[in-house]
Amino acid sequence: MNYEAVIGLEVHAQLLTKSKIFCGCSAHFGQQPNSATCPVCLGLPGALPVLNKRAVDFALKMILAVGGRVGKQSVFARKNYFYPDLPKGYQISQYDKPIGVGGAISFIDGGIAKSINLTRIHLEEDAGKSLHPENASQGYTRVDVNRCGTPLIEIVSEPDIRTPHEAFLYLHALKQIVEYLGICDGNMEEGSLRCDANVSIRPIGETTLGTKTEVKNLNSIRGVERAITYEIGRQIAVVSSGGKVVQQTLLYNDADGKCYPMRSKEESHDYRYFPDPDLVTLCIDDFWIAEVAASQPELPIARRERFVSNYGIPAYDAEVLTTTLQLADYFEAVVEHCGDAKLASNWIMTEVLARLKDQQIDISEFAITPTRLGELIGKIKAKAITGKIAKDLFELMLSDSRDLDVIISEKGLAPVTDSGDLKKLIDKIIADHPDEVARYREGKTKLFAFFVGQLMKATQGKADPETAGALLKARLDE
Amino acid sequence: MESALELRRRIAAGEISLDSYYEALLSECESAKARFNCLTAITNQLAMATVERLKTNMKNDRPKGRLFGLPVVVKDNICLRDYPTTCASKILENFVPPYDATVIGRLIAEDAVIIAKANMDEFAMGSSNENSAFGPVLNPHDITRIPGGSSGGSAVAVAAGLTPMALGSDTGGSVRQPAAHCGVVGLKPTYGAVSRYGLVAYASSLDQIGPLACDVESAALLYSVIAGHDERDSTSAEISICDYPAEMQKSVKGLRIGLPREYFGDGLDGEIRTSIEAMIAQMKFEGAEFVDVSLPHTEYAIATYYIIADAEASSNLARYDGVKYGLRAKNDDLLSMYTNTRHEGFGAEVKRRIMLGTYVLSAGYYDAYYQKAMNVRSILKREFADVYKVVDVLLTPTTPTTAFKIGEKSNDPLEMYLSDIYTVSANLAGVPAMSVPIGRDGKNLPIGLQLTAKHFDEAVLFRVGKAVERLAK
Repeated sequence: MNYEAVIGLEVHAQLLTKSKIFCGCSAHFGQQPNSATCPVCLGLPGALPVLNKRAVDFALKMILAVGGRVGKQSVFARKNYFYPDLPKGYQISQYDKPIGVGGAISFIDGGIAKSINLTRIHLEEDAGKSLHPENASQGYTRVDVNRCGTPLIEIVSEPDIRTPHEAFLYLHALKQIVEYLGICDGNMEEGSLRCDANVSIRPIGETTLGTKTEVKNLNSIRGVERAITYEIGRQIAVVSSGGKVVQQTLLYNDADGKCYPMRSKEESHDYRYFPDPDLVTLCIDDFWIAEVAASQPELPIARRERFVSNYGIPAYDAEVLTTTLQLADYFEAVVEHCGDAKLASNWIMTEVLARLKDQQIDISEFAITPTRLGELIGKIKAKAITGKIAKDLFELMLSDSRDLDVIISEKGLAPVTDSGDLKKLIDKIIADHPDEVARYREGKTKLFAFFVGQLMKATQGKADPETAGALLKARLDE
Repeated sequence: MESALELRRRIAAGEISLDSYYEALLSECESAKARFNCLTAITNQLAMATVERLKTNMKNDRPKGRLFGLPVVVKDNICLRDYPTTCASKILENFVPPYDATVIGRLIAEDAVIIAKANMDEFAMGSSNENSAFGPVLNPHDITRIPGGSSGGSAVAVAAGLTPMALGSDTGGSVRQPAAHCGVVGLKPTYGAVSRYGLVAYASSLDQIGPLACDVESAALLYSVIAGHDERDSTSAEISICDYPAEMQKSVKGLRIGLPREYFGDGLDGEIRTSIEAMIAQMKFEGAEFVDVSLPHTEYAIATYYIIADAEASSNLARYDGVKYGLRAKNDDLLSMYTNTRHEGFGAEVKRRIMLGTYVLSAGYYDAYYQKAMNVRSILKREFADVYKVVDVLLTPTTPTTAFKIGEKSNDPLEMYLSDIYTVSANLAGVPAMSVPIGRDGKNLPIGLQLTAKHFDEAVLFRVGKAVERLAK
């Protein structure tokens, strides 16, 4: 029997607000454990939460970006459970009245445009971090509550995803959107973007849902794809051998690519949600929505389309160049400096991306600024250097930030355009290769490339190709 | 006890020496603490430091705050920086808050002298003050009787003459009921009128800090200091504080006063009824108009209250887990840390309410209990709103009986819960209510009369309360 998978993703995105969602503490990371705290986020007796409007703005940005509907009267609810890194014994979240309902995230899968519907987007606070010692026999766990109260949005998809690759593309598109909006840094490895996957299978053609499992501990977009692939395979194996899928929570282990059941004690929660009496109903009027809408940046799909129509670059290039906001910005800055979108695109698509891959870095960490790459391309266009030399120069620029002209003159990279010098070299080549000259003159004109090669070799690639070609042709055709 | 205003006048004028007044008062606190168990701590150092500051201010002729030199006792569920805030619970016995509640900041800004923290029912859960981890508080009018609860310590501090004013908190009657039993004035302000920031939560949607005082004027003074918007409490309201002294000059002539029939039913003690009827007669003579009204859902108020309050409490008290502060009991693992700490740290009534609250919020029971209670609450709110279209204020008894004997109801939680029958509705509806003493019963125990007004109309309570106080003398 053939099965299809039914997948829904729950994504938590940590919002890049300056302060926490319910108090004035810094929401930035890397501070001394338990230092970015106050009575409110420590859950001290008597302390009360006050909503950070900026977190609401960020949530609204996401809702508008995915075409969701804003819940004009949304309610914060308490999710009650005990855990040492949850100081109040409940998490302030949203339950039956979330800030966002519906919407969709679109992507292209093998040339086909797809769209995954969203159930909801809601605002909540993050918990702290429990740090368990390597050796459990040490008998303690450390708790760092700096992260407590960091604002999160949870984006819940409908179970519309059918393949692990669609899950990958969905997450990729989601990450792109939050990054473009500037509301989350999208880093799954560091946990600022977190994903849980609900996975079930059913025979193709069946419309009811199978029993689902929830897969947690997914620390990269590729990891999500791998974990779902594994889990689908496992469920099919269970069902094919006459078994039944058990509803449970699984933890994915990226080291061996398998999912393992979580201890059942940890998942048997009744969260006893109820409206948080410390917070009032969050009322969002049209004015607020309009204000956020007016500040929305260009989103990935729009930018991709603009790159094609404005710059005349291929759709594929446009997609690659808009992968991240930083790369798209880099591209446009290079274009601005050199005035040639096609050359800029070619250079970034080949040379720049190859370096990023080699060095395993992000465009923001790349040594050559867009201004300098634009300058380099400008010099090619102005014939101040040859295309071949440009590649050498690019190499040098990776570790040399001096003025381009200084590097060019110091390394003697300027093209040989003096026809007198070139003529002498041509004469020498013709004298050195009498056989080839004779065969060329008998009609083997393909040998012209051989002479160009010799000339380039003699000038170490610095001969200006146009001047050199013309002189060479004139001399051979004499 | 002289009125706060008179005492302030004499202190500010230098007729009373701050040093000798406070030296005597602090030793009186020690003795009252020993006799009535009304205080959990006497804040000697803070009091003396404040006195020094006030003396310097006087010497330098600096402006004097509205509470200049006045002693205030604060219920021990209101955070006072650097002093234990215990909520009369073992679980918080050693908890020292690193911050002041908003109301504390306002007291200090007006030059009040905080002299002590008041004993109370553990986490403000109780109507008799027998639920304190530090032992019951005794009623100064008869030490074999309860002072009422949960702000029993605050009421006794005023009744025993330690202070003209104290702060309590009222979730279902916890200011008004002990005020009635101790013969003092007690106000539960409109929900949102006084910041809850720094008040250790029992039931967040019902809790309000309120004054207990020797007379209406002193209650109004303390209220005017603590009320007003606080950006640290999302449920606090923008309100305008009216000119209370001027309000209290007005007579009750022409006021329409409602008598809700549900508050004068079978459970009401005969002597209380008689003395309220006598007061009504006097007020009629002064020109007040009385109207019989009805709040038909009153009979569901107690059930509604205990479902909502316990639900919120079960969540509010989850933070006492032994992880960060307070008691951590001996344990073998995480689960036993939680269970042992909470088993040893909480008293029986607190546990009972946490369990009930957890139950009513549980999957499968939420709609039948919590949601239904919230629906009844909306109906009660509407009934109050409707009745205030007809009357300016409601007049009722505060309690069905005068102070009962210690131990009399401790084995019958339901009987105990019924002592809140006349007070819980104001909390559910969020409206302000005040208890004013109107006399004594045959056992010489104080009787309280309750006035209830519409949202943010504390002014009419002070106006009518002042008249009642005058007529009761």
